[in-house]
Amino acid sequence: MSGGTDGQTGGAGTGLMRLGLADLHHELGARMVPFAGYEMPVQYAAGVMAEHLQTRSGASLFDVSHMGQVVLRPTQGMEALGRAVEAMVPVDLLALPEGRQRYGFFTDEAGGLLDDLMVVNRGDHLFVVVNAARAGHDIAHMDAGLGGVAQVIALPDRALLALQGPAAEAALAALVPGIERLRFLEMADAQTIHGGLWIARSGYTGEDGFEISVPQAGAEGLARALLGDPRVMPAGLGARDSLRLEAGLPLYGHDIDTTTSPVEAGLGWAIGRARRAGGARAGGFPGAERILRELAEGPARLRTGLRPEGRAPMREGTVLFHEGAEVGRITSGGFGPSVGAPVAMGYVPAALVAPGTLLEGELRGKRLPVATCPLPFHPTSYKR
Amino acid sequence: MKYTEDHEWLRIEGDLIVVGITEHAATQLGDVVFVELPEIEAVVSSGDEVVVIESVKAASDILAPVDGEIVEVNDKLSDTPGLVNEDPLGAGWFFKLKVDDLSVIDDFMDEDEYQDLID
Repeated sequence: MSGGTDGQTGGAGTGLMRLGLADLHHELGARMVPFAGYEMPVQYAAGVMAEHLQTRSGASLFDVSHMGQVVLRPTQGMEALGRAVEAMVPVDLLALPEGRQRYGFFTDEAGGLLDDLMVVNRGDHLFVVVNAARAGHDIAHMDAGLGGVAQVIALPDRALLALQGPAAEAALAALVPGIERLRFLEMADAQTIHGGLWIARSGYTGEDGFEISVPQAGAEGLARALLGDPRVMPAGLGARDSLRLEAGLPLYGHDIDTTTSPVEAGLGWAIGRARRAGGARAGGFPGAERILRELAEGPARLRTGLRPEGRAPMREGTVLFHEGAEVGRITSGGFGPSVGAPVAMGYVPAALVAPGTLLEGELRGKRLPVATCPLPFHPTSYKR
Repeated sequence: MKYTEDHEWLRIEGDLIVVGITEHAATQLGDVVFVELPEIEAVVSSGDEVVVIESVKAASDILAPVDGEIVEVNDKLSDTPGLVNEDPLGAGWFFKLKVDDLSVIDDFMDEDEYQDLID
């Protein structure tokens, strides 16, 4: 699977795949790091802190072409495809209107999470975006699950750019007039000199913004046009991570994986009424027994926000204690530039999830105070 | 000023050695958000982890470059860790060491040798 690249590998026999915009990243002073098999920009000259704050105050352009873009083209009609996807993904897909995007996830028989995803109804097909590190798995999983009702088509010839921040709307509207009418979780197509764009009003920063699927051939021109706007600066994976952490958004492989259920992860909201007990199409997805039970009775543990009381960040893997007993673990943590303090998320027993519950996190042999708190840490500003 | 392979600088001030990190190291670390300093009067050996620096991205350790006793630490870093980025060779210093013999500093790289290392 080479989704989202031009298929070249990185320099010096690294075996890493190279983004179509790699030359532009170098030109912009990016520091490149290996991530999910790709050579990815982790930051540019401004640094993670400045890129983070720029995204909250202006706009930032992220190259997220490593993510897996997949078209599901039905062979027996959209309804049959929708039903087949619903058998793998516990969301209400049949009710997803054309031009609308929805968050979802693949579950396994034990009710764990195989990956999370975004899916769009594009009228005569579905467009799915999955995590880079899981793309190979997910495509095989969809091939197996959708055999007979859809062709599963990876789109390595399309790049994916995220334009995020309060100035994103004005910056994109200068290139795509009328795009300001798009609402959160809607998708529109636009024919431009950079090729046919598929523009979703969504993102992974907590800010208003867009994710733009663009043909590889037009990606550099589009990126340069957006960066030519004085309100827009490039931002890397480092800022993307601190932004999504402040926005309370889970990261697959860290905050969610096969050992966590969607209900434990606080993602039960994505499971529509139709798929819940008593709904029109209740259950019928892998792990339904556990997931529906947890929705009804509450899970034993929950993902929560955590605020270390000192200045020291508590990072992934930090063990959490309550009254001397180990009760959980931090799954993501670091410094929140907009919060101005360390922030983290992790799992704790349901009895300890009430905001303000005082726990301890073990840092370099010392147990330091950390309090549970609601997510997100920074208010989201989606254009609903 | 002398330099270690771990990108620390050492400078003699009176009968003490002042230790910080180089501009190159500060740039590589990125924005420093937290510094944990050693206890005053701690007796340390060369290679001991004496300072923890947290940047937005990751935690790193600063090692004692030589044997000695910590006699002073830069308390300003507790409230303004960003000094490490703003002025790594000056206001962003970490600690001062009392050593038996100041000539231990002679074993480290001079500026030209350090430049060669990072180029």
